Amino acid sequence: MRPAFSVIFLTTLTGAGQGLFLALVAGQFYWVIGATPVLEAANFYVLGSLLAFCFLGIGLLSSFFHLAHPERAWRSAAAWRTSWLSREVIALPLVMGLLLAYGGVHWLGWRPVLMTFGNMKDLDLPMAVGYLGAGAAILLFVCTGMIYACMKFIQEWASPLTVLNFTLMGSASGFVFVTAYAGVMASPLWDFYAAGALILTVSALLGRLASLLRNRILKPKSSLQSAIGVRHRNLRQISRGFTAGSFNLKEFFHPGSPGLLPFLTGFYLIAAFAAPILLMAIGWRYQSAIFFALAFVIQYAGLIVERWMFFAEARHPQNLYYQKAA
Amino acid sequence: MTDTYAKQLALVIDLNTCVGCQACVTSCKSWNTSGWAGPMTDDNPYDADPAGIFFNRVQTYEAGVFPRTETIHFPKSCLHCEDPPCVPVCPTKASYKRQEDGIVLVDYDKCIGCKYCSWACPYGAREFDESEGVMKKCTLCVDRIYDADLPEAERKPACVLACPAGARLFGDISDPDSEVSIAIREEGGYQLMPEWAAKPSNHYLPRRKSRRVIHADELVRADNPLRKEGPLPKPDEKAPSLDDVTSW
Ligand code: SF4
Ligand code: SF4
Ligand code: SF4
Repeated sequence: MRPAFSVIFLTTLTGAGQGLFLALVAGQFYWVIGATPVLEAANFYVLGSLLAFCFLGIGLLSSFFHLAHPERAWRSAAAWRTSWLSREVIALPLVMGLLLAYGGVHWLGWRPVLMTFGNMKDLDLPMAVGYLGAGAAILLFVCTGMIYACMKFIQEWASPLTVLNFTLMGSASGFVFVTAYAGVMASPLWDFYAAGALILTVSALLGRLASLLRNRILKPKSSLQSAIGVRHRNLRQISRGFTAGSFNLKEFFHPGSPGLLPFLTGFYLIAAFAAPILLMAIGWRYQSAIFFALAFVIQYAGLIVERWMFFAEARHPQNLYYQKAA
Repeated sequence: MTDTYAKQLALVIDLNTCVGCQACVTSCKSWNTSGWAGPMTDDNPYDADPAGIFFNRVQTYEAGVFPRTETIHFPKSCLHCEDPPCVPVCPTKASYKRQEDGIVLVDYDKCIGCKYCSWACPYGAREFDESEGVMKKCTLCVDRIYDADLPEAERKPACVLACPAGARLFGDISDPDSEVSIAIREEGGYQLMPEWAAKPSNHYLPRRKSRRVIHADELVRADNPLRKEGPLPKPDEKAPSLDDVTSW
């Protein structure tokens, strides 16, 4: 498939934004369960929510560049019963709205207790909104992943690994960012976030390696024989029917040369995973936020290449029909 | 989707008859660029790197090893699948399948140009119109086949009317007595890429060899009582000839 930069930026930026939202909520939860005695300053969440909102907002903006008729984008919520794309279109503003609400109640310092549990712990409004937001963020990860995973004949995508990897990579990116942010803000949650960022980046690496391996051993279900229904062992295309260009030639083939692909795979394995893991280990050891900031930037560049490769790796069965001009 | 449709209109294309003349390609473009689905725009039509939209493409394949090869011309357009994977994924419901005749269409006024439906078609049957920013595809000439102003015999898709070889049949495959259903049933009609269970409505009739077997005794006259070639002697005027035809 041809990688579209609008979609690459959409998925990587919203991924980081959702990951950041999840990290904020996880940090608050960490304090609520009593794992850290120091209460995080409210403005940590306010500013954090704002940053996450920006990630999602720029991602959303970038998605409009994918549409030929952005002025009709409001129509795209219509098919939420059947289309994961439609569901994503609903989930994304939902996450953004909950982010605003989450940042807002922290900003206002509005913490009415909603209920008290048997262990005398309270559920207050900011935490409750946080739970809702975290749920929505995970839902959005599922929607985004399923847009690709539900295409059963694009076999490279049709796997639960697609959803898992979108979730893990987005969360990792958000956690790496929040650790750098927590360092700058001198947050008591620093160690918690650093551990989370490392664990998530390593998990994302394992998930991506699993999908790389899966793609390597994947057997295409369609062949030229099934495409035209002629059962002959020795069958080839002589002409695709035209010598000019067409949508079919543009949309479903990637522009990279065969030699470029392994290079890019190596690049993102290092930039998105190996290098950030190393930088974060150093940064954690020396308690230095700058290493996490650097890790975030390098990882983001790596994730862009990873997403490019996610498209380039996918082989669409329609390509069987478009192999030779004459 | 388990919807049932009142009818399922479709094409049945006989690969044994198609000669790859491309008449169906040009007649399709000519009709549709000026009709309901048009224009079917071209980019740089008279320049370097031309590109453009077609609803129907005729491709050529070859089977076997030279010199024992066989050429197969293969027309491909939207197959109007009974369970079309392209329809449920469309976020705006611009892509839809008509209840009354099973034709899969795009509402150009609703389409946002996200191209997601084209990803969901395993056959590459949808083509995006860059100039208009909407997805396009074969309409089975929905603006012709019901046109009461046309003579009955012309209420067929443009490609079917144009085919000089008669390789394209059009009809309702849900009616077991229709011409298309009989052809599918009796001539071994099949679907493309059955592995994805989209249940394409368009069917293809396979290549088949028509051989004439001539036995040695057919090369010499069996009704030659004199075992001698040449003009037969004139029989008696009243006598019946061997083949009941007088040679007078
Ligand atoms: S051939 Fe493709 S575009 Fe046509 S109905 Fe089937 S899946 Fe949809
Ligand atoms: S390109 Fe148009 S018809 Fe296709 S999925 Fe998007 S909105 Fe629907
Ligand atoms: S017009 Fe008929 S014979 Fe010519 S390419 Fe089309 S189907 Fe084949």
